[in-house]
Amino acid sequence: MSGIHSTVYKNSEALIQASGLSRHYTVSSGPFGRTATVKALSNASFELQAGKTLAVVGESGCGKSTLARVVTMIETPSAGELHLDGHRISSELVLSDEQRASLRASVQIVFQDPFGSLNPRQTIGRILEEPVLINRPAVASAARQQQARDMLAMVGLRPEHYDRYPHMFSGGQRQRIAVARALMLEPRILVLDEPVSALDLSIQSQILNLLVELQERLNLAYLFISHDLSVVKHMADDVMVMYLGRVVEYGSAKSVFSTPRHPYTQALLSATPIADPTREQTRIKLKGELPSPLDPPAGCAFNPRCWKTEQRCCDEAPKLADAEQHKVACYFPL
Amino acid sequence: MPLLDVRNLCVDFKTSEGQFRAVDSVDVHVDVGDVLAIVGESGSGKSVSMLALMGLLPWTATVSADAMLFDGVDLANCDARQRRSIVGKDVAMIFQEPMSSLNPCFTVGFQLREALKAHLPLTRRERQQRAIELLEQVGLPEPERRLRAFPHQLSGGMCQRVMIAMAIACKPRLLIADEPTTALDVTIQAQILELLLDLQKDTGMALVLITHDMGVVAETAKRVSVQYAGQKVEEQGVRELFADAHHPYTSALLAALPERATTRSLPSIPGVVPGQFDRPAGCLFSPRCAHADQLCHATSPDVATQAMGFARCHYPLLQGVPQRSAS
Repeated sequence: MSGIHSTVYKNSEALIQASGLSRHYTVSSGPFGRTATVKALSNASFELQAGKTLAVVGESGCGKSTLARVVTMIETPSAGELHLDGHRISSELVLSDEQRASLRASVQIVFQDPFGSLNPRQTIGRILEEPVLINRPAVASAARQQQARDMLAMVGLRPEHYDRYPHMFSGGQRQRIAVARALMLEPRILVLDEPVSALDLSIQSQILNLLVELQERLNLAYLFISHDLSVVKHMADDVMVMYLGRVVEYGSAKSVFSTPRHPYTQALLSATPIADPTREQTRIKLKGELPSPLDPPAGCAFNPRCWKTEQRCCDEAPKLADAEQHKVACYFPL
Repeated sequence: MPLLDVRNLCVDFKTSEGQFRAVDSVDVHVDVGDVLAIVGESGSGKSVSMLALMGLLPWTATVSADAMLFDGVDLANCDARQRRSIVGKDVAMIFQEPMSSLNPCFTVGFQLREALKAHLPLTRRERQQRAIELLEQVGLPEPERRLRAFPHQLSGGMCQRVMIAMAIACKPRLLIADEPTTALDVTIQAQILELLLDLQKDTGMALVLITHDMGVVAETAKRVSVQYAGQKVEEQGVRELFADAHHPYTSALLAALPERATTRSLPSIPGVVPGQFDRPAGCLFSPRCAHADQLCHATSPDVATQAMGFARCHYPLLQGVPQRSAS
């Protein structure tokens, strides 16, 4: 594995450090309508170290993907600060193009749909080489090719796959290619946006094993976005539960799964089907659906669906308690 | 007599490279009040077999079966008029993508009343009344207002409720749900599954649930039929299947579940499901099977006894150990 990840970083180093990170979008409702603000992500604070996995959990519309877009610098944050691999990013501070390019190399992303994220007109070799071609034009073509071939071996594909096209591969193999492409620039942080949810069960475990193996070998930090709690439980060191753009619970995977403190987390865990027919079902029934992000309820966003709601919940939104290890944003934590 | 009795169902598709067998001699039996889950990965033919039953396959498909009986009526050989009087009324189906299964050009109410108009002798006013009742039954608030809404004005969970209302409009005796919750969030999924099971209990209809999610199977089904590459490889009661799977594929699939994992690295099944051009000679699972031997690679196995879960295997497993002497 020559040339790939020659430096191994210390474990305790925080690669991502976010404080009060927010991303708001302005949407207009027709040419004469008023504009409204969607708070897709508000006030998220978290930390991710090398070799660790932080899982972001929540239903659609909870801001998981917005978080991924902010961390990968596709979007700039509206407020708050983000420290990525030693660089500071915020709404006021604009990075130069060079700084951006060098930062982009250290944060890479793997998308959910392996059928849509690979260019059907490019060979696998070309797909893998493209990030290097763009970001490091000085690298000679022979070296680039060698790097791509090494990477194929690393993700468990065969050398002859180099000249093939994406349509010749199955979903699992394509996801391996997507992982390989993300690793070409030797990133330290990998954002995995639902990496296995488009795959079949027997293939899912292959990809999860690959991700675990790569993490151990390259000491990568994973920001793992998923809605499948059984996968998260298997992969994550820390878990962040989001609801309507806000972090409602944040703690180690062990304590979040064994003693969930926010009512929403508890409902989410109880709604997840467990593959054991002999288990007693004690399901918390949630009323209604996710409120519209254009018109979120006053106070705690979860109050219309929560069974513990009191007047206080509707008046003011609870804040994530900072002091504790296992943080929760609720007035009546469980 | 079972409500649904399908024997030796085969479906072939005409492709540019010749015939492709998508469903290979599958038997389906469903009794009144039964909840059967059909599990399999993509391409295992689980949806196609049910679409064949409903007569919804395109002209490129050739369907053949020894018997395709619904309540004594042979669906394979009856005329189109008779089939239409059964399909949509006594046998109804729910599809995976609620958003794309509804017609975006018509209101939800129009589409719901259309189903009633086609099958029941009701007046316009009675149909409207029944449509409101149905939306109430599936738990949609403000049914009168929802009937005037277009599909794009409703969320995915609401659209799926409308689809269910449409399917149960004529009080079907068999409801086929094809991945009804795959496109939905977990908390909504729990609501929809609960709704389906409640409806099943209240009306006594039979439910066939097509899914790939083992968790959903464990929590809803009474019996499970496992399909692989177009063949049914195992059929058992749900508790028996999760306690002791007899086919190596089922066993490997259950072992690959992250929640059953004991180590950081998950047990996985090597390779991929065979496609049109790389179908193995013997047992279809033999290239990926941990227990396969010469016999498995050469000849395709017969179906085992009921005690062995009808496993399509030469050496069905008993508590994870292949029974070499059995065959």
